[in-house]
Amino acid sequence: MTVKSEAAMRVAYVGARLLDPASNLDNAGGLITEGEHIVDLGPHVIADGLSSDIEIVDCRGLCLAPGLVDIRVQLREPGEEHKGTLASGGRAATAGGITSMVCLPNTRPVIDDVSVVEFVARRARLLGLTKVYPYAAVTKGLDGSDLAEMGMLAEAGAVAFTDGVKAVANAKLMRQALLYARTFDLLIVEHPEEPTLAAGGAMNAGEVATRLGLVGIPREAEVIMVERDIHLVRMTGGRLHFSHLSTAAAIDAVRQAKASGLAITCDTAPPYFALNEHAVGEYRTFAKLSPPLRTEEDRMAVILGLLDGTIDAIASDHAPEDEDAKRLPFAQAAFGGIGLETLLAISLSLYHNGHLSMLDVLRLITCKPASLMGLPAGRLTKGGRADLTVFDPERPWQIREHELYSKSKNTPFDYRPVQGRVVMTVVDGRRVFTLDG
Amino acid sequence: MSSGDPPPFFRHRHLLGIEGLVPPEISLILDLSEVYVEQNRRADKKQALLRGRTIINLFFEASTRTSTSFVLAGKRLGADVIEMSVSSSSIRKGETVIDTAMTLNAMHPDVLVVRHPESGAVKLLSEKVNCAVINAGDGSHEHPTQALLDALTIRRRKGRLHGLKVAICGDILHSRVARSNIHLLNIMGAQVRVVAPRTLLPRAVERLGVEVFHRMEDGIDGCDIVMMLRLQTERMQGTYFPSIREYFHFFGLDYEKLNRASADALIMHPGPMNRGVEIDSVVADDIGRSAIREQVEMGVAVRMACLDLLARSDIEHDPRNV
Repeated sequence: MTVKSEAAMRVAYVGARLLDPASNLDNAGGLITEGEHIVDLGPHVIADGLSSDIEIVDCRGLCLAPGLVDIRVQLREPGEEHKGTLASGGRAATAGGITSMVCLPNTRPVIDDVSVVEFVARRARLLGLTKVYPYAAVTKGLDGSDLAEMGMLAEAGAVAFTDGVKAVANAKLMRQALLYARTFDLLIVEHPEEPTLAAGGAMNAGEVATRLGLVGIPREAEVIMVERDIHLVRMTGGRLHFSHLSTAAAIDAVRQAKASGLAITCDTAPPYFALNEHAVGEYRTFAKLSPPLRTEEDRMAVILGLLDGTIDAIASDHAPEDEDAKRLPFAQAAFGGIGLETLLAISLSLYHNGHLSMLDVLRLITCKPASLMGLPAGRLTKGGRADLTVFDPERPWQIREHELYSKSKNTPFDYRPVQGRVVMTVVDGRRVFTLDG
Repeated sequence: MSSGDPPPFFRHRHLLGIEGLVPPEISLILDLSEVYVEQNRRADKKQALLRGRTIINLFFEASTRTSTSFVLAGKRLGADVIEMSVSSSSIRKGETVIDTAMTLNAMHPDVLVVRHPESGAVKLLSEKVNCAVINAGDGSHEHPTQALLDALTIRRRKGRLHGLKVAICGDILHSRVARSNIHLLNIMGAQVRVVAPRTLLPRAVERLGVEVFHRMEDGIDGCDIVMMLRLQTERMQGTYFPSIREYFHFFGLDYEKLNRASADALIMHPGPMNRGVEIDSVVADDIGRSAIREQVEMGVAVRMACLDLLARSDIEHDPRNV
């Protein structure tokens, strides 16, 4: 007796709007998967004429795009499983249409050792949800003083190096990191915030912080670190990526650095183009993010940076925090908001508001982040992995924290009405999420 | 108005700050306070208006004068007043402000008077309890009863608030007193100036509706009120000015600088004073010009008025009543 395993089955997704930003494909058509791979796609793939042993999934005109690629996620496992786990993060990611994500090394223990890299990769593989690629730490223990074993960590599977939610404050050490990483052509990812200028701050420095009596984090904390690092890249020839830029000045600095030919890239996160500092309202700790929500002028500059290509990608910046960490006076509450399940909907606001085309929005959350991190993801190609997202770009819904899959519920977008919802997520040919069942 | 009348309607359930109040509400509190000023000057200071009501003074931060002032206010209205200093007990055991609030709420107090070192903490607590909450100072945010007692002092001395020129001088950055006073004086039509070295001014402070000065001589020029603030060294991390000597030289109030103010300018200070740091002792003790002692007296009356309004007003539990 032969048993036909599910993995080897052929599935045809028909009647879809096929979207692949990597090849500028935007056409009605279908896609066939066999096992873990895509075997065919295009306008010619229609239900008629397919052999009877192929399972047919009627996409009813919904968008079929590459699975989303999220390059900045905190999963909290190992060490803080009460806030989130690889499993809960995986479920939230699949509900958000994300099929590959890169997780930060600020776990307990820190991902600065080959064994922890392997632990995360193995656990995620066993779960079989969204694929997880770890960052490893630039410095041992994220303490900013000694370089981690970058070469060996890369061999073990670390896709890039970052000290997570901390900047590498010591300029000399950052220079060494960039130089050393260049030996192996590795990418360094920086959280650009000058720590002494930001120390003690809880939100953006300005009128709102002054009214609320909160210590502000000046916008200059971001641009100072960006400009320092740009000089260090010029000095070393290294490759550097800035995470979650939030200020007009920093984006402008990156714009100029790119124009001068430096190997510098950057991303932003949905809160920085969809919210401003007023979202803090009267001490809403869910809006306490790092970097802090900035001014309306900065928000518009982030959108402009996305429009003109200065900002290369959008990442969710998913940072789960439990009630104990958030239900505190604002200054004492933890920084961070969750974002896996809202990444697509908030990003699509750029399309619905007329800033970007649908393909351009998708490019920022699929092939561009994948290519920044060198991941085999983010595009639809024959022979490529069958990582897919099926979504309805028009479907309206309201973000409600208690309806999200994430273990922690700290979304800065609670109650926000949005448009665009993931209907199905496919990882390696397996349907890992279907809306309403 | 007399203290035995039913309390006038006050649309707020709590008193968390001055921002958001309207002129008639401020006038209402000040008018009621006048009644209590008179009562406090009598030999028999005690009434039974709040008999049976429980007021808990919940202080997460050390305080003597504000706490005592609230205790006296509550007792003179006939309430049972409990003092709780949380800074040294529960917090060390890991209890959060919410835990404390829930615990106390279960004891059915009528009013919680709360001081906390973090901005916004009193509001957070107010969302978790069923009784009225009075903010007795939260971080660098607001200290509404201080602004009200300052306003009462000014109104009694000057007969009005509208049109007065008021200079608030010193550590504006860390001062909840400054923020509440700026809001109140603006609401009531005074012209407010702030005077401080740039390091002790918060960003965009001019957006609160004040004129900003960095030289005392210019800042208090022609002012009717000179309000000095205490240097909050306990909130300072790092350097804000080079030395106390230099600070006093440029920003301490002495007669030489005071001469630039209006001839009958009133000197105020929320206390406790750092003599020789932000104010010269001789100036502070000048009975003719300093209203510092009177501020303390007005404090009890204002707090009686606030307790009366919040404890006796029967407002439905409606989230719009903040």
